[in-house]
Amino acid sequence: MSGVWVWIENRDGAISIIGSETISAARTIADSLGQTVTGLVLGHDVAGVADEAFDLGVDAVIGCDDASLAHFRVEAFGPLVTRLAQENTPSVLLAGASIRGRDLMAWVAADLDAGLISDGIGIAVDGDTIKVTRPVYAGKLMATVFVTEGPQVITLRSRAFPQAESTGKSGTAQWVEPAVAEEAVPSKITGLETKDEGVSLSDASIIVSGGRGVGGPEGFEPVRELAEVLGGAVGASRAAVDAGWIAYEHQVGQTGKTVSPDLYIANGISGAIQHQAGMRTSKIIVAVNKDADAPIFKLAHFGIVGDLFQLLPAITSEFRKRLGK
Amino acid sequence: MRVVVCTKQTPSTTAVITVDAEGKVSWDDPGGKPNVVNPWDEYGIEEGIRLKENHGATDVIALSVGGEDSKEALKTSLAMGCTEAVLVSDESMVGSDTLGTARILAAAINKLGDVQIALFGKQAIDGDTGQTAVQAARKLGWTPLTFVSAIKEVGDGSIVVERMLEEGKEIISAQLPVVISVVKEINEPRYPSFMGIRKASRAQIPSWSAADLAIDGGIGAGASKVDWSQVYGIPPREGSVEIIEADTAEEQARILVDKLFEEKVI
Repeated sequence: MSGVWVWIENRDGAISIIGSETISAARTIADSLGQTVTGLVLGHDVAGVADEAFDLGVDAVIGCDDASLAHFRVEAFGPLVTRLAQENTPSVLLAGASIRGRDLMAWVAADLDAGLISDGIGIAVDGDTIKVTRPVYAGKLMATVFVTEGPQVITLRSRAFPQAESTGKSGTAQWVEPAVAEEAVPSKITGLETKDEGVSLSDASIIVSGGRGVGGPEGFEPVRELAEVLGGAVGASRAAVDAGWIAYEHQVGQTGKTVSPDLYIANGISGAIQHQAGMRTSKIIVAVNKDADAPIFKLAHFGIVGDLFQLLPAITSEFRKRLGK
Repeated sequence: MRVVVCTKQTPSTTAVITVDAEGKVSWDDPGGKPNVVNPWDEYGIEEGIRLKENHGATDVIALSVGGEDSKEALKTSLAMGCTEAVLVSDESMVGSDTLGTARILAAAINKLGDVQIALFGKQAIDGDTGQTAVQAARKLGWTPLTFVSAIKEVGDGSIVVERMLEEGKEIISAQLPVVISVVKEINEPRYPSFMGIRKASRAQIPSWSAADLAIDGGIGAGASKVDWSQVYGIPPREGSVEIIEADTAEEQARILVDKLFEEKVI
């Protein structure tokens, strides 16, 4: 049993951000173990993805290029990765903890009868074992967990690891046949609707959020303007979502998304423990709130006590000036 | 058509959770009930009831693995409108990893028999792994459909659902039986009715053991391949907040922007 395998998530012929982050984590683990990194490039028209994977530092690529893999379906991808893992017996299998990565690794771990760890945000190599740090109890506690025997199947959260950098290396991929013929895949994708409304919360390096204090749907306007100037995403607390001021997909917190941006600006958010669970790993937290006793100030690095409707436009205009926008 | 909803009893979202030096986790909720139906599972329960109301499901069976006290959470499922509830409880199951739990659930679903759809919440708010649905699907040999935001059609041995992906939505059709994990967008869970609560309080919930399910191995702490012994509190953030004060909002903005450039987060 040897080798660190990484499933390289890709879309529209390019490696996704989370795919690149997973490659960098794989590189770190493999270097500590003294093993090689093998990238799994699965999809349709993915020759370019294999080249990109070599450039980002994988030592080998096993690829499968087939129309049945054009869109991710776990019933097509799962049996293929399981078969390849059975033939090659890697010691570690990594994927991003994206919706697809979670499905794939849960499938593969079940079929390999392997230990599975999800949502890693930190890794440390101890002998042959990967110690994985992950939040539990909805981010209220942390755990360091590890697989005790056999292949270690692990998913890693987005933005927890740096993206892999270009190495200028190239290589020749080993191309294999799919495991399941299209006719035998028990599900069909009949529609895809992609939304393009700017930066997604989980990928965003800057998030500007609004809570109860924004007062209504129109109160999100200054929040959006600041996010736009910073090239960031718009977040919200549960209170604002429940009030119907903004769509649920913007919700940050225990029953929303967990985010970890470089900069999180909380506006009119008191900072209930459920909200903190979703954003406490942000690198720098700024709080703008009328209430000087709001719990968010205990978590924040910088705070301004005051009226967000005066402060946000002032901050936006200051950034516009500095960034030349 | 029989539908199973897999649920778990978890700490409430407002519970204060503490951990001692040995990594033993405990919790209390001074303002409310410390243990509840996993909040994500409420969407699964609601969808199961809607399958009965709108798609001719005959039975909606709430299924849970846990201690005897998990019957409280199952009573909530019954009060909401599930037609039956079953607890699977056995000392030998304590400490199972996700795959062990998947084995138990799959065995229980097989014992229930003639089930076409098994619903799950997207994850439990304690372990937070979100992996059990797919692994249970593998143990059943059924198609897993995760992050489902709408059930569009059910009938004639097949199902059409909408899934939420990072970049948008996907419509997918699959052959029954299927395992479905649902997200919050799928519905608005109902509150238990007064009549429902009265009925549930009188319900006798059966408790199945490992022997009842004829499970031979692969469950419990002994079979778990994941070590969960190190659980700890999050170290408090060092330093305290720097409150930016100035005479005008513009001045405060200028100081803050300076600081953020210094921190190199812009």
